[in-house]
Amino acid sequence: LSLFRFTVKRPFSTSHSSVDSKEMKKFQLLAHKWWDEEGEYAALHSMNDIRVPFIRDTLLSMSSNYHLGNPLSGIKILDVGCGGGLLSEPLARLGASVTGIDPVEDNIRTADRHKSFDPVLAKRIQYKSSSLEEIVEESMETFDVIVASEVVEHVADLEMFIKCCSQVLKPDGSLFITTINKTQLSYVLGIVVAEKIMGIVPEGTHEWEKFVPPEELEHLLESSGFSVKTVTGMLYNPFWGSWSWTGSTSLNYAVHAVKAGAQGHATDTPPETDIQQHSATAGTA
Amino acid sequence: LGHDIHFHDKKIALLEAGPRKDYDHLPDSYSNRVSSISPGSATLLSSCGAWDHVCSLRLKPFRRMQVWDACSEAMIVFEKDDLDDMGYIVENDVIMSALTKQLDAVADRVEVFYRSKAVGYTWPLPSHSCDTSPWVQVELADGRKLQTKLLIGADGHNSVVRKEAEIQNIEHQYDQSAVVATLHLSEATDNNVAWQRFLPTGPIALLPLSDTASSLVWSTSHDHASELLAMDEESFVDSINSAFWSNINHSDFIDTAGAMFRSAISLLRPSGTAVRQLPPSVAKVDPESRAMFPLGMGHATEYVQHRVALIGDAAHRVHPLAGQGVNLGFGDIACLAHHLSAAAFNGSDLGSLKHLLRFETERQRHNVSLIAATDVLKRLYSTTLAPLVLLRTWGLQATNALPPVKVRI
Repeated sequence: LSLFRFTVKRPFSTSHSSVDSKEMKKFQLLAHKWWDEEGEYAALHSMNDIRVPFIRDTLLSMSSNYHLGNPLSGIKILDVGCGGGLLSEPLARLGASVTGIDPVEDNIRTADRHKSFDPVLAKRIQYKSSSLEEIVEESMETFDVIVASEVVEHVADLEMFIKCCSQVLKPDGSLFITTINKTQLSYVLGIVVAEKIMGIVPEGTHEWEKFVPPEELEHLLESSGFSVKTVTGMLYNPFWGSWSWTGSTSLNYAVHAVKAGAQGHATDTPPETDIQQHSATAGTA
Repeated sequence: LGHDIHFHDKKIALLEAGPRKDYDHLPDSYSNRVSSISPGSATLLSSCGAWDHVCSLRLKPFRRMQVWDACSEAMIVFEKDDLDDMGYIVENDVIMSALTKQLDAVADRVEVFYRSKAVGYTWPLPSHSCDTSPWVQVELADGRKLQTKLLIGADGHNSVVRKEAEIQNIEHQYDQSAVVATLHLSEATDNNVAWQRFLPTGPIALLPLSDTASSLVWSTSHDHASELLAMDEESFVDSINSAFWSNINHSDFIDTAGAMFRSAISLLRPSGTAVRQLPPSVAKVDPESRAMFPLGMGHATEYVQHRVALIGDAAHRVHPLAGQGVNLGFGDIACLAHHLSAAAFNGSDLGSLKHLLRFETERQRHNVSLIAATDVLKRLYSTTLAPLVLLRTWGLQATNALPPVKVRI
């Protein structure tokens, strides 16, 4: 009997994983540069100006019980591919309990050290050096929200990645993804201009082959039990160093999807009871 | 900020060198330090609940402002079309007391350290690669240590925060001091006009406090200021009255040129010349209320740095002739609070330069033009040279006749 159980676990072992070891090496080199707001990761820092309000406002609109001074209080968020914690920290400041995972140990070390100086953040954020598959077992249906920002274009097996997201997400939970489209425009602007010419992104960070068109992402999400609610284009202005929302998804885009509810189909009504329960049990950090 | 919903779980410390100022009951006499509060500043104060307290203590609204030249008949009158209040004259102590009450209301979030002084600052390096704390460390005189994500310097034109942060300051001492005093008028009147006359030695202004009392702000040379303080009360009152009423500085040439220009205007724009009102005359001065302080101009080259922001006189210092110094400061506060509130709602690190720079750009654009204009006016009116007097006479008359320009001012 125990042998059988062991065999069933095999699909989740790291030998067949969504993490690409070549990608890991790329990020290892720049692990200490995360928190330099004007450095290599400047574009990710300024992306917070639109992705944090996007996540915050979407979650607020789905809940009827919140406090403007602590808008994400009681919400458990998983930040996949958290890097140095650039997105985990603002989400935690807004009141959420954040678990940040990243396969590159140096990133986790940087993230841990950065949060350690702030007593409020230190309590609200937990970082772990791990891939998504490795935490699935102990985290089944644990999180209210998963954020995978600028991650899916680095992932080896996207379908498995999304299935794992579904497993650790509670029913009616939200999944937020930001990534880059696979178009001629994204090759020219996203790789040639951004990496080789203007140095907005460190060279070699992205591989055009791994960019994901929104149609493919939507298809994978829907077939894994998600209901895609929003797909919006994002645009980076390199001269101002700022991001904005746009109608076109030919470059960068963001997706909000909701996992099917306990009944087996995605509901449109806000999951009030879930969130109320959490507000009651979560301590204010 | 303590009253802002997005600052619900943040902690703010306020270091105040002076003692707590609270009025249980108003003293009968007026304080000699008053400010002209613009409607915009009043809105800011009411947004945190302090304006109600000010109204319940004491203030004087004014509806009209008459400004004229000592060297000619030119004058300009400001008033709102609907006879709304243009501004309010409020004693500084009254504002402090109102603010103290509102601070008490958010005492769980804002801690005020009265009679405290910061003796040392440790600044963080912009990139967090080292193991030392990335926050600003402040050491107090009593040995206590505080650390903060954002330090706001509101410590006046000799700002220590600005000096310690090594922010360059462009400054210039005017050869002038301002004399302030509380005056009693010869007769009670509907005292709702602010008066200012530009003398060659500097502008003299009478700001209404009540139907029988007004506050004096007289900017003049250091020597004359000391004389004014030293002379007996009767002579002091005589000097004030003669400053407002005498026509010594007029010259026939300027008067004729001015009169010609005025007739030209009344042909082109019949409503362009306003009725000249006569300022009230002063009967006596409150003993002990005379004081003087030196004047200067200053502007910090930067208002912000990583984890530091300067507001009010610490960022900019202006001549009182336009009555705008404190209103610029209130404007800074409204702007900084707006940007910090938005940053807090985005979960940002409050000391991050990103939003601090937006505050700086917005305020510098606004402040620099006003500070420059005030400085130019001060210099323009400091002379009796005929060509410049003619220029400013015609300029003032023309401005008085053109509503669009006046509204902008």
